[in-house]
Amino acid sequence: MDLLYYPGCTLKTSAKSLERTAFKVMESLGHRLVEMDEWNCCGVVASLTEDDLMHHLAPLRNLIHAQDQGYQKIVALCDMCCNTLKQTNLRVAQNEDDLDTLNSFMDKESDYRKSVSVQHVLEFLRDDVSFKVLKKKVKKPLKGLKLMPYYGCTMLRPRQVAIDDPEEPTILSDLSRALGAETVDNPYKIECCGSYHTIKNKEIVRKRAATITGYATQRGADAIILSCPLCQYNIDTRGKEAEGSIEGHIQIPVFYYPQLMAIAMGMDPSDCAFEKNAVDPARVLKERGIIK
Amino acid sequence: MNETKPSGGNISELPDLNGTLAEEVKELCDEAFTGCYQCGTCSAGCPYVEEMDLTPDEVIRYIILDKKEVLLSKTIWLCSACFTCAERCPRDINITKLMETLRQLDLRNRMDEMALEDISPEEYNTIPQIAFVSLFRKNIG
Repeated sequence: MDLLYYPGCTLKTSAKSLERTAFKVMESLGHRLVEMDEWNCCGVVASLTEDDLMHHLAPLRNLIHAQDQGYQKIVALCDMCCNTLKQTNLRVAQNEDDLDTLNSFMDKESDYRKSVSVQHVLEFLRDDVSFKVLKKKVKKPLKGLKLMPYYGCTMLRPRQVAIDDPEEPTILSDLSRALGAETVDNPYKIECCGSYHTIKNKEIVRKRAATITGYATQRGADAIILSCPLCQYNIDTRGKEAEGSIEGHIQIPVFYYPQLMAIAMGMDPSDCAFEKNAVDPARVLKERGIIK
Repeated sequence: MNETKPSGGNISELPDLNGTLAEEVKELCDEAFTGCYQCGTCSAGCPYVEEMDLTPDEVIRYIILDKKEVLLSKTIWLCSACFTCAERCPRDINITKLMETLRQLDLRNRMDEMALEDISPEEYNTIPQIAFVSLFRKNIG
């Protein structure tokens, strides 16, 4: 099936590797991610004051373009983009006056008719493909690999746009087990990675990475599995930096879920862009005999 | 207790407000923050509480008591809008929106919290764009 895909800025630049791997994984499941003909940056964080409609324009314009292209759904790989698009979609669904104002302001665009839904690729895999079907496509089960699923914020909060339970999510652990891995729970799995503080307050993010990872390794995890490009950067890159400043901290590899799906489905590790990871993930896969 | 809270800035830097702080906040976010009974759940779950000068539940109290110096706190700029507090509040107060409102009262009345020149070319080339866009959205009026 063709799925209309909204990339967002980061998937086209610093997380290009995530996009490439996800495209290949989806193709092998019989689905094609078709990039939107026209899209713009979604603004990344939802507008949070009652009078601020201006910051709903950017996400709404993307929904309008999906509508113009004749699709009823957009899928997104980026957690933050997915969250922002969903929040705007919800705002206009619940506020007819706001939708009228936004439509009139964007007089050069078609009017949005509330006809498009937004879905995270993980949701598509769970609800439309099913992890049962995915398990049957696994050629190299990730046997012996202990993964700690990390969810971060924007996949789960606010509750109205969550793709899983905000306090006890299971989607990444269910996916991990379908791929043949074991999972390790961790109370920090839903705690913020530090987000944009990675620019002006790097030490806070190093502390967050060390705390999240520290609990994971205490409980025997070999690696972390996650979805969001900013979480991946914060825990992987800042976590690696924290080895120098936080005593006793050793950063374990941080995988994007499509990277592990690719390995489990028998694809070549060279398709997974492991060279983009700060902590080499191939080593732990070799140690477990999953790749050579 | 003799410690001075909050620890950033001085009173002369406070933005001009038309009404009380509670009135201004209510208008911008429409949250029923007077229902807060100081249970501390928000502060207990906040990932940045150790670095903050005011805890989230203290911030709510400051708003209610019209203590405008809350706008000078480090707290409102440390909040990354992770929504953990909003999700857990037993009184259904969206504290994330309260924090955003306080930032907006500051940003709409004075200079931006950060300058684009503060960021190095190396940072632009390595850090994911979503970090920059969200930082600018939260720190620039």
